[in-house]
Amino acid sequence: MFEYDSVVMSRMLTSLTLAFHIIFATIGVGVPVMISIAEFIGIKKKDPHYTLLARRWTRGFTITVAVGVVTGTAIGLQLSLLWPSFMQIAGNVISLPLFLETFAFFFEAIFLGVYLYTWDRFKNPIFHWLLSLPVIIGSTMSAFFITTVNAFMNTPQGFDLEGRVITSIEPLAAMFNPATPTKVFHVISSSYMTSAAILATITAFIILMKKGSKYHKKALKLTVVATFIFSIMTALAGDLSAKFLAEHQPEKLAAGEWHFETEEGADLILFGTINENNEVQNAIRIPKALSFLAHGDFNAEVTGLEETPEEERPPLWIHYMFDLMVGIGFFTLGITFLYLVFWKVKKWNEYNPLLLWGIASIGPLSMLAIEFGWIFAEVGRQPWILRGYMKVSEGATTSPHVDWMFVLFIALYTVLAIGCITVLRKMFKNNPAELELESRYPQVAATKEDD
Amino acid sequence: MNYELIGITVLWIFLYGYLIVASIDFGAGFFAYYAKLTKKDHIINQLISRYLSPVWEVTNVFFVFFFVGLVGFFPDMAYYFGQSLLVPGSIAIVLLAIRGSFYAFENYGSKDNHLYMFLYGATGLLIPASLSTALTISEGGFIEETANGVQLLYGKLLTSPYSWSVVFLAVVSVLYISSMFLTYYANRAGDKPALELVRKYALFWSSPTIIASLTTFIALSQQNLEHYQRAIELWWVFGISVGFFLIAVFLIYIGKYYGWAFIAVMFQFLFAFFGYGASHLPYLLRPFVTLSSGVTNETMAISLIIAFIAGLFLLIPSLILLMRMFLFDADYVKGKK
Repeated sequence: MFEYDSVVMSRMLTSLTLAFHIIFATIGVGVPVMISIAEFIGIKKKDPHYTLLARRWTRGFTITVAVGVVTGTAIGLQLSLLWPSFMQIAGNVISLPLFLETFAFFFEAIFLGVYLYTWDRFKNPIFHWLLSLPVIIGSTMSAFFITTVNAFMNTPQGFDLEGRVITSIEPLAAMFNPATPTKVFHVISSSYMTSAAILATITAFIILMKKGSKYHKKALKLTVVATFIFSIMTALAGDLSAKFLAEHQPEKLAAGEWHFETEEGADLILFGTINENNEVQNAIRIPKALSFLAHGDFNAEVTGLEETPEEERPPLWIHYMFDLMVGIGFFTLGITFLYLVFWKVKKWNEYNPLLLWGIASIGPLSMLAIEFGWIFAEVGRQPWILRGYMKVSEGATTSPHVDWMFVLFIALYTVLAIGCITVLRKMFKNNPAELELESRYPQVAATKEDD
Repeated sequence: MNYELIGITVLWIFLYGYLIVASIDFGAGFFAYYAKLTKKDHIINQLISRYLSPVWEVTNVFFVFFFVGLVGFFPDMAYYFGQSLLVPGSIAIVLLAIRGSFYAFENYGSKDNHLYMFLYGATGLLIPASLSTALTISEGGFIEETANGVQLLYGKLLTSPYSWSVVFLAVVSVLYISSMFLTYYANRAGDKPALELVRKYALFWSSPTIIASLTTFIALSQQNLEHYQRAIELWWVFGISVGFFLIAVFLIYIGKYYGWAFIAVMFQFLFAFFGYGASHLPYLLRPFVTLSSGVTNETMAISLIIAFIAGLFLLIPSLILLMRMFLFDADYVKGKK
């Protein structure tokens, strides 16, 4: 067995909780947007298919949101339990957005409760739709506030540290630090994109398995178009994030791109391997593309890793995380674009099985990209927990029991994952859309299936 | 009034809010399972589920609010509590997670699943027990600070009469508050059979509650004499609390004014809780953190208070909306909506 080290164990437990929570947090931010869009189209077009879509998505959403709430509570508490020294400092400077995040979430929780139980309580359905807006605002603002805290860990500002004493604190400067705009944009757009992609996956899969009805085809169109739009937003946000890194956190970009020497017209390295002398092999090199990615100019100078002291460099394997994240992002953009082309060109069939399989893959892939992206972001900040001020090893608990807690939480997340999947499967298997359409909207169900 | 006092008052109000809404929820879970075991579930479970469904998430947020606010206003507490509460805190997280998610699984997924109901009932009693550890530890004597950081003395905690009397008090209060609320709610729904059943629960759990309060007081004098003496100086606050207890039990006993009875319960706990809180000061965590030593800097305190007030303007109307639609909407309560 390896030797117990509370820092390593704390990192492992935090990674475990975040990796699990981020799945549900992403769905929690993005799916309300999709529900709201579907309900709105249903009201405007007077088309019960879309209303049913919103209703069914909402029902599934309640399950994932429950897991999101409880794992969010877990990470909220674990921050103090596993990183007490860090939270002691962070509490002084960055607790404002943490506090506001709770408010935003409170707001969301209240309106989600109201939204869930009032589907048939209003004469004019637009009032029910209006209730979806505070849910979206609450969840997106939660994402905003919590992301500012992560941004702060990357580019801390708004305080002075003299020894262990913190002075001249400016909570707003800490919250709106240089990393905030691009990070928030990237987190929110990728959450919307991934949620739309997951719903597209489910729909494409049903069509592939049992040749979906008109209902499913409408759902596919809506989800794929939404994924396409949100992936353009995400690509833009990703590009801005790279430019941010080049300026404010060059060592993260340099480690992610295997860019060692500061130079002009830097090449972009895709995948490849690296040997112990930091020589890159088997990679695809795009001439000058890194300079363009970092500064929007093919001849710009990009800071290399050599300028960061050796003990402050992030590990080089994050290169793969970056490439996988970006690769998946462009794959999703490409597949959804292809669907649009097939749909608009009359001769081509947008329900081509190969295309549908492609769409069926984008949900799980996008979720993986979220995981890769967060690993890149978090490991890319190493060895710092608060860049330039506090190292991860200084922030961790000294408790000797983190290993057992790790086992405990593995068990918890396993149980939650199994429970969540079982309940979701049962929920939709026993009540397929066709049946529900018939029982809720018999007149629509009678005139359907012309294709 | 200085910032630290405003801060701790706000946090204490939230913890009090959590105490009330979470007790209703925790106790209801236990009663639902108990009713299933004794084959009376057809009488009350409909009632319980109509109340719980729309509010369970809100309950959880009260708690998150409290600990996030605590870290914000008193960052030193994050350090000491974080270091010492790893194990009890993690157990509480696991229980809360199991409870929250399986409630949703049961409610929206597979109805009347026996295992889910059991988990929901059992966690309802275990969570208050594990969370009360934090209050026990704050009395001092259960943690030590060494060169290797702050450590919890498990042996002391598990053998202390004070610690167990707090656990006992937490559990019986949960059942008492919850049954008192359900009595009111059943009456409001005009559900006679349910009313009879939960009224019996309420009367049953009232005497253990007052006994547990007294034993906790006595155990406190053993654990932390200073705190005990400050509490005795505030004897009138606890006296008012007992007065409200008597009113509540009397009203339930004569079977009238159930709404007032529950309000009396809320006041009973308000006075007891604030009496406890006030006599706990100046220490937040004896002897490591006091109110003035642990407070955050002034700038952060002001911005948190501003954020808090702004947040209230948003939350209070929303909460009123939620309550009007589900708690106080007679048709909804009666199951007509």
